[in-house]
Amino acid sequence: MSIASSILLTLPEVILSVSAIVLMLVAAYAGDKATRVVNGVAVAALFAAFLSLGQEGVAFDGLYSADAFANFAKPLIYLAAGVSILLSTRFFATEDRLRAEYSVLILLATVGMGMMVSATNLLTLYVGLELQSLAAYVLASFMRKDQRSAEAGLKYFVLGALASGILLYGISLLYGFSGTTDYHGVAEALANGVNTGELFGIVFVLAGLSFKIAAVPFHMWTPDVYEGAPTPVTAYFGSAPKVAAVALLVRVTIEAMGSAVTSWQQILIFTSLASIILGAFGAIGQTNIKRLLAYSSINNVGFVLVGLAAGTQDGVSATMTYMVIYVLMTLGSFACVLQMRAADGRHVEDIASLAGLSRRQPALAAAIAIFMFSLAGIPPLLGFWAKFVVFDAAVAAGLMPLAVIGIAASTIGAFYYLKIVKIMYFDEPAEAYHPVGSYVESGVIALTALAVSPLGYLAIPMLGAASAAAAKALF
Amino acid sequence: METIKLIVFLPLLAALIAGLGNRMIGNVAAKAVTTAALFISCALSWPIFLSFLGGSAEAHVVPVLDFIRSGDLNVQWSLRVDTLTAVMLVVVTSVSSLVHLYSWGYMSEDPSQPRFFAYLSLFTFAMLMLVTADSLVQMFFGWEGVGLASYLLIGFWYHKPSANAAAIKAFVVNRVGDFGFSLGIFGVFLVFGTVSIPAILEAAPGYAGSTIGFLGYRVDTITLLCILLFIGAMGKSAQLGLHTWLPDAMEGPTPVSALIHAATMVTAGVFMVCRLSPLFELSETATTLVTYVGAATALFAATVGTTQTDIKRVIAYSTCSQLGYMFFAAGVGAYGAAMFHLFTHAFFKALLFLGAGSVIHAMHHEQDMRYYGGLRKHIPLTFWAMMAGTLAITGVGVAGVFGFAGFYSKDAIIEAAFASGTESGGVAFAVAVFAALLTSFYSWRLMFLTFFGKPRWSQSEHIQHAAHDAHGHGDHAHGHDDHHHAHAHDDDGTLGYHPHESPLPMLVPLIVLTIGAVFAGYFFHDAFIGAETGGEFWKGSLAFDAHLMHEMHGVPALVKLSATIVMVIGLAIAWLAYIKDTTIPARFTATFSGLYQFLLNKWYWDELYNLIFVRPAMWLGRFLWKKGDEGTIDRFGPHGAAEVVLLSSRAAVRLQSGLISSYAFVMLLGLVGFATWAMTR
Repeated sequence: MSIASSILLTLPEVILSVSAIVLMLVAAYAGDKATRVVNGVAVAALFAAFLSLGQEGVAFDGLYSADAFANFAKPLIYLAAGVSILLSTRFFATEDRLRAEYSVLILLATVGMGMMVSATNLLTLYVGLELQSLAAYVLASFMRKDQRSAEAGLKYFVLGALASGILLYGISLLYGFSGTTDYHGVAEALANGVNTGELFGIVFVLAGLSFKIAAVPFHMWTPDVYEGAPTPVTAYFGSAPKVAAVALLVRVTIEAMGSAVTSWQQILIFTSLASIILGAFGAIGQTNIKRLLAYSSINNVGFVLVGLAAGTQDGVSATMTYMVIYVLMTLGSFACVLQMRAADGRHVEDIASLAGLSRRQPALAAAIAIFMFSLAGIPPLLGFWAKFVVFDAAVAAGLMPLAVIGIAASTIGAFYYLKIVKIMYFDEPAEAYHPVGSYVESGVIALTALAVSPLGYLAIPMLGAASAAAAKALF
Repeated sequence: METIKLIVFLPLLAALIAGLGNRMIGNVAAKAVTTAALFISCALSWPIFLSFLGGSAEAHVVPVLDFIRSGDLNVQWSLRVDTLTAVMLVVVTSVSSLVHLYSWGYMSEDPSQPRFFAYLSLFTFAMLMLVTADSLVQMFFGWEGVGLASYLLIGFWYHKPSANAAAIKAFVVNRVGDFGFSLGIFGVFLVFGTVSIPAILEAAPGYAGSTIGFLGYRVDTITLLCILLFIGAMGKSAQLGLHTWLPDAMEGPTPVSALIHAATMVTAGVFMVCRLSPLFELSETATTLVTYVGAATALFAATVGTTQTDIKRVIAYSTCSQLGYMFFAAGVGAYGAAMFHLFTHAFFKALLFLGAGSVIHAMHHEQDMRYYGGLRKHIPLTFWAMMAGTLAITGVGVAGVFGFAGFYSKDAIIEAAFASGTESGGVAFAVAVFAALLTSFYSWRLMFLTFFGKPRWSQSEHIQHAAHDAHGHGDHAHGHDDHHHAHAHDDDGTLGYHPHESPLPMLVPLIVLTIGAVFAGYFFHDAFIGAETGGEFWKGSLAFDAHLMHEMHGVPALVKLSATIVMVIGLAIAWLAYIKDTTIPARFTATFSGLYQFLLNKWYWDELYNLIFVRPAMWLGRFLWKKGDEGTIDRFGPHGAAEVVLLSSRAAVRLQSGLISSYAFVMLLGLVGFATWAMTR
């Protein structure tokens, strides 16, 4: 296969890389005045990358694969990245930290994420992951004068480095014992029986990736980083990298380790239940909305893993469906968090400040209520469907105990989501918020709320078909 | 569309419109819709009745819908129209429509009139469902429907704790009866394999003498079924033992008392026994029981009625007593007489209640007769209407010439009891004559206390209150502040308050019912209880015993006159005690204080039930609540789980130390754990 056709297959990544470099130069010369332009061009680049999707094939001798699975995950990543850029402008302007690098970093991370979901080689996987991670470390500490932000970046970086080390060690073990870094090659080697070295390799790789998706017990960074990072960055962390990491995990487990399901299924089941339960318990004690959403994301990753633990095509399809709905709920929730500004214009994150919101800002309260009910998985909101499909897949794969415990634990999770609704609707009103007046934020809230409302079920057939096709590409 | 469907479903439609429309459509619209629907129903019902009276109509069944089809159980919604139904149709729709009209006046200042009228119409629908039932299940539907409406209407003024308590009491006591009824229906289905009434009655003779296992005993099948069904009838018709709810039900607005607790719902039990009369006729034990229960109720309620001072309670006990008459009439086999008394009683008892309502309306919701007196000059129309009702209930008349309604129906029952010749019939006869004396006494007592003598209402708190804020336009709950003029003197026992006659919507029903109370007996007695004409009229819709009716007309003259004689005695005693020498009652109660207390406290039924049922039930409920639910289930269930969740949450939060080293440690711990697990598995 020629280099030219390989480059053509990686056109989305090429577009994003070139845009990132060009925008970096623009930022370097024009300075922060150009931020809004840079942001606009970055979103346009993401859109262009989206338009260039659709080809299928294997590039660079099996290092990279453009298939239905990648083409399913990438639009979601681009969407989340684009929204993260759009949401950032108003926030950083308010905080006096409007910098042009922000969208450049997002674009670079997006290139990394594109590589992650398309990787069919352990090395591509690693390179993509690191590209994404390095950008993320910087983003976390983007408000570098803010102590919490700096601390978040540092924590994320140190622990991320440790996780990378674990991952890389796992990769080296797999390479050492199977003689290849190619997914299919690894799968062939594992098919002939899993020896101790390969088993360690699998465990280490899974551990390294679990860090990226913030699954228990590799979740410890999440609450601190989510809280410390600027809210648009948190929204980004909660959405795009999560999709990429989950997609990566799905591809690795199915394509490279699919022949050794029994070796990793138990670990995933444990991680899944631990995440659901700890996420639920942890969230209950929180007073900061971003920390709460961090635990919520841990909790949700648990549900995602339920689908993956099934190890079936339906399970993968359910996992991807879950991710789509989860991204919508996350972006919407964080857009709502962005609306929380005290009377003096500061952004506040106290859950207590939501008290009586229904009487102050009924529309915002209704939107938050929709997201909370949806996250809790209460029908007829779309979040219910997400949980339904993953549990359905788990039951179909014979993992009845997993499903039962998961559903029981999800009722615990419902408690803290509903507590927010209770605070907004039944408590005495707290001090009124400073109006934000951003069309972008209102638009994002309105569209995502609409999408997770019962109207979203209209898209279920389409979404189901697309995720089924994506899952099919891996089997 | 058969007219019967219109008759039955118009009230339902009206109830839905008024109930759902409620404040949206407003008072006038809700009242107009319901009242109009009822008058149409009524207008359509009379031709049906008259055609049966004239003998031109045939019994028929109008199917409506499939209700239940499950295995052998096949229940239809269908409306049965025969003589028995036709009688009930005119009773229900006539009284109901008049009560609707009456309520325009009586309830005119109530804040939630649409709800009231919706309930009234809903009740009427359920009652019509009951009387047109072709199967026991449908009858049960109507049975429960009227129970529900009764509950809602007794508790209509739900802000009054006493009304709530009365509503709950009515509901719970009826539950006991309904449990018997439902067991009866189950038993019927078990034995006959059907719940269709004609099919049951057809198959019943074949089971005469057969036995069935019940609670470990072998008992006669038909007797068991009849007794179970009769328990249902006892509950609904407030027979002795299950009667305690009826006097308390007077907490409801007076039109409700007139419609539900006098004329229609409480007679459902009598109707049911008559409807199933061929079945009851097969079991002598059952009919004997019915006779004794009826007689006991007639006596009990009449004795209690003599001591009550609340005008509505007197009439309530009177109702209870008259229902006893109907039951023992059915018990001795005079079903025609039972239905006849039901028919006439509906008119004169509704009249008495509505009359009492008119008095109460005029007296600012004062219901204690001790605070009335001399009202005939103030509210003459009400007085004359009540007088007609009293003449009817006490059975004034001259044989062969003319008599008021009760004269024909009650005397027929007394004669039938005598004519039956059985031991139970003899007892019932004796009781009935004595109860008739009491009836006459308490009815005239009511009239004398209320309408004669001198005004005594200066002591009434209601009147004092009204006189006090006469010019203050106080808007207390149901006050009628436009009816009085206060003067600052109180030398005539009036406190300067002069009651006024009720408005026209309340008087018209009084007048119409007066006509019924006066003439219903005279015009219809031939058809209902005539030895020759009765069979033709009933056409087999109930077990009409022409022979008994024949016997009845041939009883000795003294028996025939007995009712009239005791009526005159009762009147004389009442006149002596309440007009001639008003110190007699006080002296009497002082002399026989034990007996007086016993009667005043209603034979201590409530106290007895309180002791036997209510308190243990409360204790058990409290035990299950405190110890069972809160102490066990909650403690180890929800609360325990919540506690665990909170503790776990605290632990999870504490785990989050914020230190990178501990985070890294947890990660490595997880890694080691996974690796170990993978290795050792």
